[in-house]
Amino acid sequence: MLKGKVFKFGDDISTDLIIPGKYLNLRSNLPELAKHVLEDADPTFAQRVKKGDFVAGGSNFGLGSSREHAPIVIKMAGVSAVLAKSFARIFFRNAINIGLPVLVCDTDKIKDGDQLEVDLSLGEVSDLTNGAHLHFRPIPDIMLRILNDGGLIPYIQKHKDLVLEG
Amino acid sequence: MGKTLAEKILSVKSGADAQAGGLVVASVDLAFVQDSTGPLTLRQLAELGIDALKDPKRTVVFIDHSAPSPARELSNDHVFLRKFAADKGVVLSDVGEGVCHQRVAESWANPGDVVVGSDSHTVMAGALGAFATGMGSTDIAVAIALGKTWFRVPETIRVLVNGHLHNGVYGKDLILHVIGRIGADGATYKSLEFTGEAVAGMAMPDRLTIANMAVEAGAKVGLFPSDEATRRYLELQGRPERYVPLSPDGDATYEQTIEIDGTALEPTVSKPHMVDNTALARELKGVRIDQVFLGTCTNGRLEDLRIAAQMLKGRKRNPRTRLIVAPASQKIYLDAMATGYLTTLVEAGATVVPPGCAACLGVHQGVLADGEACLSTANRNFKGRMGNPNSFVYLGSPATAAATAITGEITDPREFL
Repeated sequence: MLKGKVFKFGDDISTDLIIPGKYLNLRSNLPELAKHVLEDADPTFAQRVKKGDFVAGGSNFGLGSSREHAPIVIKMAGVSAVLAKSFARIFFRNAINIGLPVLVCDTDKIKDGDQLEVDLSLGEVSDLTNGAHLHFRPIPDIMLRILNDGGLIPYIQKHKDLVLEG
Repeated sequence: MGKTLAEKILSVKSGADAQAGGLVVASVDLAFVQDSTGPLTLRQLAELGIDALKDPKRTVVFIDHSAPSPARELSNDHVFLRKFAADKGVVLSDVGEGVCHQRVAESWANPGDVVVGSDSHTVMAGALGAFATGMGSTDIAVAIALGKTWFRVPETIRVLVNGHLHNGVYGKDLILHVIGRIGADGATYKSLEFTGEAVAGMAMPDRLTIANMAVEAGAKVGLFPSDEATRRYLELQGRPERYVPLSPDGDATYEQTIEIDGTALEPTVSKPHMVDNTALARELKGVRIDQVFLGTCTNGRLEDLRIAAQMLKGRKRNPRTRLIVAPASQKIYLDAMATGYLTTLVEAGATVVPPGCAACLGVHQGVLADGEACLSTANRNFKGRMGNPNSFVYLGSPATAAATAITGEITDPREFL
């Protein structure tokens, strides 16, 4: 069971908002890059976020660049899962590949600062602040297996190959 | 059952009957990284612990996103990439050789190939009939190591473009129109397949621009049939033997068809801060522009520089509007010198920067000041994209860019044709 405070963002949170190109020089220094996570969307986020907290967005979260650093720095900031009404394709796959849960649910009911409880195995999100119960869309099987193994690298090491079943 | 282009290519490359919604493991014909996502890819590759790469000669490292390097950390990243290429016998495309996607089209991608790169605009090679898509560093590390990757076979949206594009209207205007119509997530996870009368008669430069921006509608791939235009392009690039015709089956299943009257299209512009926030160029008359940026993988080809040079010949840029030009590759740079296009552009007041991504992603060579606006021929205008969240980026065709450079405000290029 995951539990924490949620930071709510709007629609179309691009990878440029998550880690702007102006910090390209920090891409090989992830702890330093993580200090700027989501800076152009909320300059105070990196200071306020605590281990176990959640990020919630509206639709098309993570659109834009293929930069995998985006989900990595969100995870490094302590975020335990990202919730959104929909995700951009590459961000969604990248997040799973690096072991960050990305959950598709109706985030309209979630307000900034609410306390959430997320049960990954049951597929449920409880908003403890307003009492709402939400269900997130099941993660596709192959991606769930990758996520459960901790990401794509451990998944391939475990199976000694890239396999769809297992 | 008939197959779409995506289903056809993935069936061949997976040895399975690929159908929309199914999962396949497909062999990869080309895997590449660039300098902003490459270092992480190499670290993931080391983590994976597979030393012998599947096919080093079909693996390419591009140094294009910050080339030449504006910062010592990036210089160190470049050294890391070069050393990897040398150690593993991987192909290196270094500073000054050009943007990865343009180089892939010029030298590597072929019809029917599977191409993966750690850059979202890898989709551009779809113009050549390649199933080409951008992925993150970990997926590319696996593709480099194993020579394969997994895909969910995408459903296909057919974009049927009837009629023909008028003078002053280009592939860029068409794709901006499509994105404005279906939205920045209108094709998420899907294949966009372009067809119709206007597409059949369209040359490769416009096709490349259109495929490049498929990802701005969320698409996994943007595919064109391989036809006479493909054959001509491959011949021009010196590999005519790689041409194979490729088209979807007549009874392929499409999720939907979007019909567009090409003849009705007008010069189109994306407004800040979303690509799908489109308007006609003529509707934006009076919007003052501080910088025009002509270049990138989207619109930095010889034809793009030609269009701008013809419009700017004997004219000067507006004194309050900077004009930055970045040829997309060294080959284009040389051709643009030989044809005199660069002389014309410089005489009109342009600053020519080296082949590469340049100002597109906000690292260097044209970062905007607070409150400034840029009309760019690139593919993204997200807040902060060009290095400053307090600036404004508009996207348009090279012709719209040239007209705007002349007047200093967003201008319909047909005023100068």
